[in-house]
Amino acid sequence: MLYREAGQFKATYAEDSQIFPIRQDKIGFWLLMLVFGVAVPLLTNEYWLKAILIPVLIFSLAAIGLNILTGYAGQLSLGSAAFMAVGAFAAYNFILRIEGMPFLLALVLAGLTAAAVGILFGLPSLRIKGFYLAVATLAAQFFIVWALVKFPWFSNNSSSGVVTAQDVTILGYTFVSPEAKYVLTFLIVSFMALLAKNMVRSSTGRAWMAVRDMDVAAQVIGFRLMRTKLLAFAVSSFYCGVAGALYAYTYIGTVEPEGFNLDLSFKILFMIIIGGVGSIMGSFLGAAFIVLLPIFLDNVVPAIFGDALGAGFVSNFQLIVFGGLIIFFLIVEPHGLARLWQIAKEKLRLWPFPH
Amino acid sequence: MARQIGDVIVDLQNISLRFGGVKALTDISFNVKEHEIRSIIGPNGAGKSSMLNVINGVYHPQEGQIFFKGALRKKMEPHEAAEQGIARTFQNIALFKGMTVLDNIMTGRNLKMKCNFLQHALYWGAAQKEEIAHRIKVEEVIEFLEIQDIRKTPVGRLPYGLQKRVELARALAAEPHILLLDEPMAGMNVEEKQDMCRFILDVNDHYGTTIVLIEHDMGVVMDISDRVVVLDYGKKIGDGVPEEVKNNPEVIKAYLGTSH
Repeated sequence: MLYREAGQFKATYAEDSQIFPIRQDKIGFWLLMLVFGVAVPLLTNEYWLKAILIPVLIFSLAAIGLNILTGYAGQLSLGSAAFMAVGAFAAYNFILRIEGMPFLLALVLAGLTAAAVGILFGLPSLRIKGFYLAVATLAAQFFIVWALVKFPWFSNNSSSGVVTAQDVTILGYTFVSPEAKYVLTFLIVSFMALLAKNMVRSSTGRAWMAVRDMDVAAQVIGFRLMRTKLLAFAVSSFYCGVAGALYAYTYIGTVEPEGFNLDLSFKILFMIIIGGVGSIMGSFLGAAFIVLLPIFLDNVVPAIFGDALGAGFVSNFQLIVFGGLIIFFLIVEPHGLARLWQIAKEKLRLWPFPH
Repeated sequence: MARQIGDVIVDLQNISLRFGGVKALTDISFNVKEHEIRSIIGPNGAGKSSMLNVINGVYHPQEGQIFFKGALRKKMEPHEAAEQGIARTFQNIALFKGMTVLDNIMTGRNLKMKCNFLQHALYWGAAQKEEIAHRIKVEEVIEFLEIQDIRKTPVGRLPYGLQKRVELARALAAEPHILLLDEPMAGMNVEEKQDMCRFILDVNDHYGTTIVLIEHDMGVVMDISDRVVVLDYGKKIGDGVPEEVKNNPEVIKAYLGTSH
């Protein structure tokens, strides 16, 4: 009964093409922003911020990046973690080597560096599709991690390849406390998510989706395949790059190339499959789900079964649940949690009446 | 009829197209005049769709020349053909399945949109203004084809006849000079066919769009075409006004066979 659009008339095309055309959605969205932007950093403890909320936000950003490439433009990629690595190490080197480099500028430059590398590894997409392209991006995954280990310049000749992120300082304020880092991450991720949403709802996004759904028709209608695909690779890698830099600077602090391995790429792929392929909101839902699920299982499984099953079982159980969920979503709801949410809303509009 | 048939706008001369050893088109010449409805007919596998693909640059013929608006056309990619004002629909519906009707039709206007992706990302300002300006044009097309009620529906959920209509809308949104229609009425019932005929005639009449049509329904073809070209096994066997073609013995032979 509460979720009705009755009486809300759209008199202009601008009103009709808003991100949230229904008033209740808009209110819900701003409430959510208030809760996560203001209430959460004030009320939660360090563990929640550091171990759950910050990584969820950062992985959401990476998932948005992959979603732009895979969900919207239809180009399957297994190299997201590598592009994150490029972003993390680029930000490190920009701040290290250029005196007085502002953090936000370093973040943008890190994204641009990742975008350039993304375009390079996106070139094969002009000739190959689907699984073959996935294998080509797999090459990016292995090559980039290898290159970061092989050439010690990238990690400032650190013997182990591990680098420690410098302090994050913006306009003289240094972000030290988890609350401050969380708010910074939150603002950056929200802003970039908004930009992504704007892109996918305008001509750029339509070009991506056209190429995804039917590339010959897209060409005939006037889209240039090469430009469209490479733009998707560039924007996607930019997002992954910024996510990687945030991963290093506001999340774990010390990074090594091996941290950005294929496992992480798969994890991001799982996020968009479970959250929703071709949905910005799905990227957030998927990231939250993938980060929270192991924590949930860690706490719940021993509580139910006690120690009888042994410690090894819990971690194996996680893998089983993960695998099971991926298969479940691929078969039952390929558009993921975002689609389930949409269906729930459609039902809610009619509830409690049957039609 | 109010419209006046103009000069030759597309002139195809001695077109031959091969796929490996298979000759899809052999030495075909015909022209299309401005504002006319030009039909291409022929039995299955005659090379009709290949002909359209040659006109809008999906295929590149090995021999022959194409003159477009009087100028010799060099090898042209599909998006360049689109920039020249050639739009088309496909035999098997080629809509963007994951998008709504509105978004599908909006893609038809992409060549007229000038904002870049950074402006799109910032949205408020130039991109929004442009989006709304083109939305108004798209709404005109939506109204013209009477599909207002489904504009927010994902195209995958629509019945076949409506999908065909949305595809026509997408092509029309580009405001083309030449519209290539590949079997726009295939698989439709009589009523849907009548609607589609009406839309094609209206487009031709109202916007003066030149139409090149492939269709199997001879009743439709003979009724609405100004001139008809007949292909069989990749060769041209007839060309002229409907009456002429109908009585051409070669055409009758290709369609009905001959008694031996």
